[in-house]
This record gives sequence, structure tokens and C-alpha cells, in this order.
Amino acid sequence: MPTKIEKDAVTGTETTGHDWDGVKELNTPLPSWWLYLFYACIGWAVVMCLLYPSVPGISGYWHGLLGYSTRAEAMRGWHEMQGRHADAMAQITKTPIEQVAKDPVLMETALTSGRSTFANNCQPCHGQNGSGRVGYPALGDDVWLWGGKLADIETTITHGVRSADPLARQSLMPSFGADNILNPAEIQSVADYVGVWWGVTPEGTNVAAGAKLFADNCAACHGDRGQGSRDFGAPPLNAHVHLYGETRNDIVAQVTHPRMGVMPNWNARLDTGTIRSVALYVHSLGGGE
Amino acid sequence: MNAVHDLEKVTPNTSLYANRAKVYTKDVYGPVRTAKSAIMVFCLAVYYTLPWLRWNRGPGVPDQALLLDLWHERFYVFGFVLWPQDIYLLTGLLILGAISLFLVTSLFGRVWCGYTCPQTVWTDLFMTVERWIEGDRNTRMKRDAAPWSWNKLGLKLAKHWLWFWIAFWTGGAWMMYFVDAPRVVGEFWTLRADPDVYFFTFLFTTTTYLLAGWAREQVCTYMCPWPRFQSAMFDEQSIIVTYQGWRGEPRGHARNTVEKFGDCVDCDACVHVCPTGIDIRDGVQMECINCGLCIDACNHVMEKMDREPWLITWDTLARQKAKAEGRHEKLHLIRPRSAIYVAALTLCTALVLVGFLTKSTTTLSVIHDRAPMFVRLKDGGIRNAYTVKIANKTQRAATYVMSVMGLDGAKLSLPEQNTTLSPSVQFSIDAGVVGAFRVVLQGQPQSRPDGRQDVNFTLTNAPAGESMHYRALFFSPGSEKEN
Repeated sequence: MPTKIEKDAVTGTETTGHDWDGVKELNTPLPSWWLYLFYACIGWAVVMCLLYPSVPGISGYWHGLLGYSTRAEAMRGWHEMQGRHADAMAQITKTPIEQVAKDPVLMETALTSGRSTFANNCQPCHGQNGSGRVGYPALGDDVWLWGGKLADIETTITHGVRSADPLARQSLMPSFGADNILNPAEIQSVADYVGVWWGVTPEGTNVAAGAKLFADNCAACHGDRGQGSRDFGAPPLNAHVHLYGETRNDIVAQVTHPRMGVMPNWNARLDTGTIRSVALYVHSLGGGE
Repeated sequence: MNAVHDLEKVTPNTSLYANRAKVYTKDVYGPVRTAKSAIMVFCLAVYYTLPWLRWNRGPGVPDQALLLDLWHERFYVFGFVLWPQDIYLLTGLLILGAISLFLVTSLFGRVWCGYTCPQTVWTDLFMTVERWIEGDRNTRMKRDAAPWSWNKLGLKLAKHWLWFWIAFWTGGAWMMYFVDAPRVVGEFWTLRADPDVYFFTFLFTTTTYLLAGWAREQVCTYMCPWPRFQSAMFDEQSIIVTYQGWRGEPRGHARNTVEKFGDCVDCDACVHVCPTGIDIRDGVQMECINCGLCIDACNHVMEKMDREPWLITWDTLARQKAKAEGRHEKLHLIRPRSAIYVAALTLCTALVLVGFLTKSTTTLSVIHDRAPMFVRLKDGGIRNAYTVKIANKTQRAATYVMSVMGLDGAKLSLPEQNTTLSPSVQFSIDAGVVGAFRVVLQGQPQSRPDGRQDVNFTLTNAPAGESMHYRALFFSPGSEKEN
């Protein structure tokens, strides 16, 4: 309670009337323009609360008179981007893949779309940017099982390898060991004959016999010099790139009981334009022909 | 303890707060006023017309001589185009400006404050307008003291109306340094300009109106840091506006007893013309902006009284002290202080010049792919992939050739464009654009335990005779892992 309001002798200002053990305070209130600014801000806040979503409720919230929503705003932008993307993808769908590759504008969309589609769908097996791993070919090298031209890659992705698609890339390597076509000693000598091509040390078997066995059993698909054949998806053997390992044991295991990878036919899951984009992206990884 | 008691006795009568005493400046004419007006007109002319100066840079590039294009991250400064990575040159220019200011202040006092500072220039302009509409000092004081009338209201409105338009053109012209001038003017009046343009025009209109119309000398006295540390810049050898007290004192104007008084007739003419409202006869003051209008005012009075002019003059404190003692002292313009400033200025100018002249027109960076680190090739060779970024900072499209040293049988290709492998690849990049390319490099690496070696990417721009290198790593499996 103000007890005694007096006038300060020096400044001529009134005191607040409070007395704290002899200490008195001058009453110098805020300038009125300042005070009104506060009131204006409060009024502004009320208006904004009415216009925009502001007050939470039990099962909902006050939506505001303007009906504004950040989510709707974001979705509008998202739909706009989706529309532009759809236009570009439609263009890619109706353009042959070689023509897309020559069009820098379409190429930009295709590579961007292909990169993200690859990361979502292909990366689990083929690795980041197609780095590959045992059993899953690297896509940036210069070895292609089924061809490295744009159309080849597009066909492989569309129909898959040994997939459910009737048009899938199909091939079969006989189980030379498991089906007793070759006995273990013969398999060892074939392995020694083949391994020399990339520097595996032979282990004292009859390499000459291995050469003959290779010519009789393997050359039909893998070629007489082990150069491989894309017609059968038969990997080149005279190369430093290996799908199922590069040691002597790896060769023996593969000849005895071959592993043959399966790649899904992506036409069951992705549309033509998307597959085309992925093919262009894979082609651009460095190994495209 | 006595000191404390003294202080207590003093303080109750000394208020720490001072209301602003409104400064009514009186018109004055003379050589100083002419110089100040000329500099004001020159500065204003440069400010308003510079954005309209054109500078042909070729098609597709802004043709404004000075354009700070923040939207597109380019500063166009006559023949130069500055990219964000050239911003250190701007730092150099600012340092240059600061040292120049130190040097000029140490020699001639605060001439920057008195003549060329935007606050001074616009305040002077606003005062001129005020004087033109409302009349000179005495008329204005009388009218302000008088009650409101239609005449008073009309004159005040006219003044503020004119002030507002000057402020508006000032704020508007400011935008023209950031957005192409003819375009932003057209867009502004057809309401198609960027909201930022309207906001900043409004902001700078308001600040110009408030600072030059209302705040005036308070900006110099209370807001600007420069007056606070000017004392470190000048000394008793700096040429500043000085009242020659030894001549003027004791001041007075009793006609019959001329011998008793000095030259100063205590007419306050120097105070009435001062834009900061101070009395120069009190000596060097923080508020003094060294404009010297008081010199003109005093010279007129001295002339009328038939006395020697230049009672207030430009002089150094040291010479004044000597004169008071009846000696003569020489000017010392070359002193350790000014020599150091000149040396720093020369060094800084040289550095900025070297920076400008050796500014690269191309920058190159080569970034290795994160994955895969390498891929093996059929013939046992190794392939690595990189992202190459080339910034063409010139004004025309350029062709670059890239090759690699330090790798046996090195071959390059641009897999996103074509698959041909060759010892060198070619890039075409438009003017003022950063080109990004995926580059494949393959070859026979050296056999190393850690499987990494340095390769040197070389980029040449044959027509410009430019060549640059970028050292990058080439990864291979490494001999430790080889079978």
C-alpha cells in the first residue's frame, strides 16, 4: 500500500509512496507509446490466434478462420512436384532409351530418378552404386553377363534373370560334381587349368587333362579360351572379375555344385519409365557399353 | 573520505539525464560551406546515378556496372565478377577503407564525419530542405514557439512531405544496387516486385527519414562508435578545427574597452551554425564533426568588426600551444603514426591488388566416389570414379581438357555422356556456371600394401592458356589382400 506519495526535491518526480527502510523509489512509468505498443501486440496476438490454428482441444484443434495448415501447404508442394515428375516420366516412357540418353533434360530426370529407385530396390543385393559382392555382379566394371548396352540392361531389369517372367534371361550350369558328370580329380584339374588365367597357383594336377576336360564340357558356354558368352549369361573365365570367388576352392565348389543367382523381373513392380531410368543410371555407373 | 562527501554533495544537483536541446542551425556562406555543399552534391549524385550506369558483359549476364546480386550469389563490380569464394577481397576492401579512415583522421581530424559520412550528407540535405521551406534559424525558432496555425501546419506538412520523398528515393535507390535498376523500378510501380524489395525500401525510407530528419546529431553523439574511438586516431599534430583561444580570450564586446578584450566578440555565430549544436570555443569535443562551418561564420564577424579573420581555423593543438607562447612551430604531417598508417595502407592495397589480379577464373575440385572405392576390370586393371566440379568464372563459355598423371595407362571417360575411354576428356561449360561431371578413371595401379596412390588431375583451358592441378587418391585392392 502506498503510504505517502511525495515529490522528489531534485527531479520533481513523484515517488511511488513505498518506503523501504528509508529507500524511496521515483515513480517513472513506461512511456505511454511503449505501453500502447504492448497493447497493440496483445491485440495482434488475439487476431492471429483467431486467423490461424492455435488452440488445442481434446479431439481436435481450432483450425483458424483462414483454414491454413502447414501440412496442406507441404502436400500442395509435394503434389506439384509429383505432377512435374509424372510429366517427365511419361516423356521418358514413350521415348526409346537411346533417345533419352541423348537428351540432357530427360537424362537429368532419368539419372536422378534412377539413382533413388536403384537405392531403394537394387542396392540390397548389388550394393551402393552397384559396387557388387560375391554372387551379385558389380555394375561399374567392364564385365556383363547379359550385355552392357542400354537396351540389354533395360531387358535384364525388365524381365529379370531366372525369374518367374517367361521372357526372363534363362541359363543353367550343370552340376558337374553333384550329378557325377566329372569326378573330383577331374574337377580339380579343370580348376587348375582355369585358375592359371588369373594367376591361381596349380596344385600338381594334370593341367593338360584339365584343358581337354574344359574343351569338352565347358567351352560350349564359356568359350574355348574362357571368354564367356552373353547368349547364355556365361561369365568370362579368363578375367580378373569373379562372381563367386577367385580361389581354387571357389572354382571347385562352383563346378561341383554351381550357384546361379536369380534377379526378379522388375516389370512386376516398376513401370516402364522407372525401369528405363534405372537402366540409364546403371549404364552411367562406368561400365556401360 | 572527504572526496566521498564531496561527491555526495555534488551528485544531488547533477542529473545523469539530459533532454535533447533542439539544434536550430543558421545558414552560413563562405568557402567551407561551398566545399561542403559541393561534396554533398557529388556524393548524392554518385549514390543516385551509379545504379543506372551500364557495363556490357555479354548476353545473359546483368549489364549493370555495380550490382550486388545476392539472389544469384554474384557481385558485379565493373570489370569484375565476384563469386562467394572471392568474398575475402571484400574483406580486403573494408580493411583498406578502415586504414584510409585512420590515416585521414590522424592527419586532418574527422573530415569523413564532417563531409562525406552518409549521416552528414543526408542530414545536411534535410536541413537545406527545412531552411528552404521554414526559413532560417530565427524564423523557425519563433514559429516553433508560437501556437499552431494553418500556416505553421502547412509548412510543417510540406517539409515532412518533401523529407518523405527524399527518404523514399534514398531507400528505393538502395534497392537498385541489389536488383537491376530499370527492372526493379518497373516492377516496383506495377506491384510485381519481390516482397523483399518492398520491405527493404520501406525500411530504408523509414531509417533515412528518422535519422536525417529527426535524430540528426544524436546519431553522431550517441549511436555512432566512431566518435568514441577517434581520440585514438588523432593527436596534438592533427589539423583540426580550432578556436584560437590565445587570440580570442577574454571574449567580450564592450566597444570602448577594446584593449581589455580579445578578438572574440562573443556573438555565438559559431554556435548557431554548428550542426551538432556545440561551442567550438570549449576546445576539442567528442561531438565536433570537424565540418568547419563555424570558421565561415566567424570570418564574417571578424570582417565586419575589422579584425583579422581565421579566429577559428584549421590548426594543430601543438601549433596553437606554441602560438599562445609566442613561438612558431612547423606542421608535422609525417609522424610515426602517419608513417605506420601509410605503410599498412600500401601493404593492404598491394595485397588486395594481387588478390584481384591473380583471382582465378576457374576452380577445380575432384571428389572420389564414396562407394565403390574401386572396381576390378577384366584385364586386371582398376577403375575409380570421381565427381569433378569446374567453376567457369569467366564471362564466356569455355572448353576444358582434363588428363591424369601418376597412373599407368590412365584412361578417362564421362559415363553420363558417352562411354568412350581416352587419355583425356573434354568439358564445355557455359559462362559463370559450375559444371559437375562424373568421371571414370581406369589404369594399372602401382602395387602398394595400402592400395592407394596419388594421381594428379590436370585441367587446361587452351585458349586462356590456363592450367591447374588437383591431387586426388586412386584406390586399388592393395597387395596385402592380393592372392
